[in-house]
Amino acid sequence: MTTPSITSAAGTQTARKKTWPGLTICIGGLPVRFFVEDADFRALLAGRYSSFLRPDIRSDSDIEFEICAVPPGSLPGPEDLEVRREGAVWLLGRGDFRAEFDLRLRRGTLRLAPNPYSVDTLLRIVHSLLLATSGGVLLHAASGIRNGRGFAFSGVSGAGKTTIARLAPAGVQLLTDEISYLRRDGAGYRVYGTPFSGELGLKGEDVSAPLAAIHLIEHASANRRHPLKPPEAVRKLLRNTLFFAQEPELVHSVFATLCDLAGHVPVYRLEFQPDARVWELAA
Amino acid sequence: MSAFYIARSSAVAARRLGDEYVVMSAVDSTLYTLNEVGAVLWEAADGRTPLAEIVARKICAQFAVDADTALRDAEEFSRSLGQRGILLISSAPILPPAEEQVSRAAAVAAEQVP
Repeated sequence: MTTPSITSAAGTQTARKKTWPGLTICIGGLPVRFFVEDADFRALLAGRYSSFLRPDIRSDSDIEFEICAVPPGSLPGPEDLEVRREGAVWLLGRGDFRAEFDLRLRRGTLRLAPNPYSVDTLLRIVHSLLLATSGGVLLHAASGIRNGRGFAFSGVSGAGKTTIARLAPAGVQLLTDEISYLRRDGAGYRVYGTPFSGELGLKGEDVSAPLAAIHLIEHASANRRHPLKPPEAVRKLLRNTLFFAQEPELVHSVFATLCDLAGHVPVYRLEFQPDARVWELAA
Repeated sequence: MSAFYIARSSAVAARRLGDEYVVMSAVDSTLYTLNEVGAVLWEAADGRTPLAEIVARKICAQFAVDADTALRDAEEFSRSLGQRGILLISSAPILPPAEEQVSRAAAVAAEQVP
């Protein structure tokens, strides 16, 4: 019998799905369904991603992962994050989890010592791969919605993402203080909330808004904003883009998306001091 | 002056943004920004047209520069991108891989003709 699955382990999914309850986590409008064997771990995930849960209604186009719990320390492989492809199958892993994911079949398996941070890392990788082929990026950026418009504040660690988020005035709906989710939407881009939080520990909200501007932030002694020409914007955005794969085809897709993004959304260099007035300048 | 041909490497991704080009190396994802003149050379780098002709037709026609200076600068620019694997440089026309294969196949076929 021919099994349309990525591995022998994944090939057993169909049988297991009938008995393992599903949990659908939808970020950026892209649902990823997990079939979780361990009820306690499923409840833990449901709490952690409560703002991003969707009714568990199956659709063939959804991404599906089967989660198998294993004893801590029992996984082979490198401690450092590894993302590589063998044929159509992506092999993702770190000391705390191993996953196989067929992007074409949209099916995968995940083995982990029950730890929500492993699922968080997996979600970041999977979404970065999905976005690479669908006109979007994960950007190291805080973001928020003000008056129906989305604003992203991008920078490397220490640039001030959490500070900017803390300074948000009343009326700003914060989407994240760490990883922003940007996707092409008609003639422009939208910014979506994510559960990927930084120091603020925001749970995030499953909301989105048209992206009005991206600010590349840096600490300074005064608040100033300078528009960037698209080539310089691309150069700086690439530095702040969260992407794990090395495949030239996907890297080029990310590059194309950033070029398109910089051509459609104003990008600024924002010098700021820890002062709430920066929001009046930026948004 | 010897002939000088340039062709865009297939191992890069490039996008025009306004008057400039942003080029990404597939080797190490390094980004290069080509200014307006560089963008003209990039677009004209078809591997068939001698650089001197590109300079005369595209650069000198659009920019206020004398031909000798423009050609010298264009050669220097091309060598610089060539060292980075962004441009291919040759003293003979550079055929794209597919054409090269067809050309080789034709040569083999010609050799086999009695």
